[in-house]
Amino acid sequence: MIIDPVTLIVALITVATPVLLAAIGELVVEKSGVLNLGVEGMMIMGAVCGFITAQQTGSVALAFAAGMGGGMALALVFAVLTQVLMANQVASGLALTLFGLGLAALLGAGYSGLPVPSVTRPFPEALRDIPVAGPILFSHSILIYIAIGIVAAVWYVLTRTRIGLVIRAVGENHDAAHALGYKVVRIRFATILFGGACAGLGGAFLSVVRVQNWFDGMTAGAGWIALALVVFASWKPWRVLLGAWLFGGIAALQLRLQAADVGVPVALLDASPYIVTIVVLVIISSDRRRAALNAPAALGRVFHASS
Amino acid sequence: MKLMPKLLASAALAAGLALPVAAQDDPFQVGFIYIGTPGDYGWTYEHDQGRLAVEAHFGDRVETVFLENVPEGADAERAITQMILGGADMVFTTSFGYGEATNAVAAQFPDVYFEHATGYLREHPNVSTYNARFYEGRAVLGHIAGQMTESNIIGYIGSYPIPEVIQGINSAFLHAREVNPDVEMRVVWTYTWFDPAVEADAAQALIDAGVDVLMQHTDSTAPQTVAQEAGIISFGQASDMIQFAPLPRVASIIDNWAPYYIRRVGEAMDGTWTQSDIWEGIDTGMVVIGEMTDAIPEDVRASAQAMIDAIGAGEYHPFTGPINRQDGTAWLAEGEVADDGTLAGMMFYVEGMTGDIPN
Repeated sequence: MIIDPVTLIVALITVATPVLLAAIGELVVEKSGVLNLGVEGMMIMGAVCGFITAQQTGSVALAFAAGMGGGMALALVFAVLTQVLMANQVASGLALTLFGLGLAALLGAGYSGLPVPSVTRPFPEALRDIPVAGPILFSHSILIYIAIGIVAAVWYVLTRTRIGLVIRAVGENHDAAHALGYKVVRIRFATILFGGACAGLGGAFLSVVRVQNWFDGMTAGAGWIALALVVFASWKPWRVLLGAWLFGGIAALQLRLQAADVGVPVALLDASPYIVTIVVLVIISSDRRRAALNAPAALGRVFHASS
Repeated sequence: MKLMPKLLASAALAAGLALPVAAQDDPFQVGFIYIGTPGDYGWTYEHDQGRLAVEAHFGDRVETVFLENVPEGADAERAITQMILGGADMVFTTSFGYGEATNAVAAQFPDVYFEHATGYLREHPNVSTYNARFYEGRAVLGHIAGQMTESNIIGYIGSYPIPEVIQGINSAFLHAREVNPDVEMRVVWTYTWFDPAVEADAAQALIDAGVDVLMQHTDSTAPQTVAQEAGIISFGQASDMIQFAPLPRVASIIDNWAPYYIRRVGEAMDGTWTQSDIWEGIDTGMVVIGEMTDAIPEDVRASAQAMIDAIGAGEYHPFTGPINRQDGTAWLAEGEVADDGTLAGMMFYVEGMTGDIPN
């Protein structure tokens, strides 16, 4: 049996969206020179806050706002730890993931299985019924279009605006940026919060749109894939989109190959996103000059105004 | 892994009881080790219902504690030990992967009773194992599924390719084929017991492949949500999942541990507990078919009920010959019934299944 490419594409776009949102947020954070390993924790906070809000208020828009708020609340903790108290970013990020998973489990206790409102699709039935293009372009929930919009906006801001230039300057050399009078800590606070909002939105998409339920630990490692994706995309926004669709595509394809009774080694396909990431890392690092151009030079380094 | 307040309280209590313990007045403490959380509305939920039933049945004479999200492996050993040091007199370890840890701890605490779910390791006299004949329930669901499918393709979300899951697939397929010779079954393996996102994706992949009846052997309700959106039929798994009735969930297979837990705790308390290897099904109520909704035609409901009754009465075994293996070789002759040993190690599909079991 042949796999229908149209449904495959529709599925991979849905599968990719939570990771895409988290990764595009993390890209901005890393572009400003901060490595936040707490993506998983921020995502699950977004998932639980979004789900509880959707359940309580019946409003999907509020749920997405609450998801972003949940992610930002956790990101704020990270920002205070790393930017004000100057804690180690790697350790703080890992702690954030563990804290987020635990806190989300606590908040979400008792909410599993409760009903949530369904999410409206922005395009009318007539458009969705167009063969091939209809399902692929017009059949999704609103958040998927927003996610792609965020990618475009991040690309535009980072590469075409003054604010983007400042963010990149802070990420490349915070001492120089500071000497020029830019508020390094304030800018990084803003990017960290933006990253938290994106991760939270990705989590809310997972619980409110895709699964429509809340379970402990439901992000199941998506945050880590988002982190890998940023490296895979070598800190370029459109490549994050491509990478997310590639990873999502592999996941969606392997399930479809199984459903079509095609004898494929499932374990190999499951591992392939990670293999691809390693290959890309090897290719990137083989050319030292290019790697240096792409990775923010001040990534993960603590900034102290007097140093 | 989270330490529940109840356990903390009892641990504090045990620490305070450094004086000679008055065994007569002390409530019998029963501990439960969970692989997930009761909030999964599936596997762990049903074990927790069993725990609550024990509490309700024995009242003040029993105290229960539980630990959730305990990983399989070395960490489980620590968790079980901690539970016993906190005062547990009996421990139920409720996932297949706790087998070695359960036996290792049992060697150190010969006075504590251990019950390991779905396992086979009984290295010490104080360890029992118990499991349910899920394949009996699957036979009934297959019987319903075969008559309700219009596309003649039934989807099955498998967790891991292990005998317990393969029994279920074979049983469901045989009974769907019996009532509908054109039926095909498509299996997708998720390699997880619990990952709502992956389970939802697997359900969608099956639906895109033309499936209109969906069965699952994973723990979350995520596939039910997808089935509901797609307007197809599904079956509740492990717990009733009644919140998805009457459609997509038209029936369910429920793991009902409560009677067994009450029986074993009672035996442990009055000293009649002996080591055992329990494998019970519809007959004792360990496997229950949840309410069949009106979405199922009445005659199908009636024949399904007849099958439930026949299995429960021991008149019908879901694996009764003639049954061939997938490669066409004979497995069971006419009228022959599968023995438990073969079932417990079942790593082959029956004739008519089109896919391959991954290794």
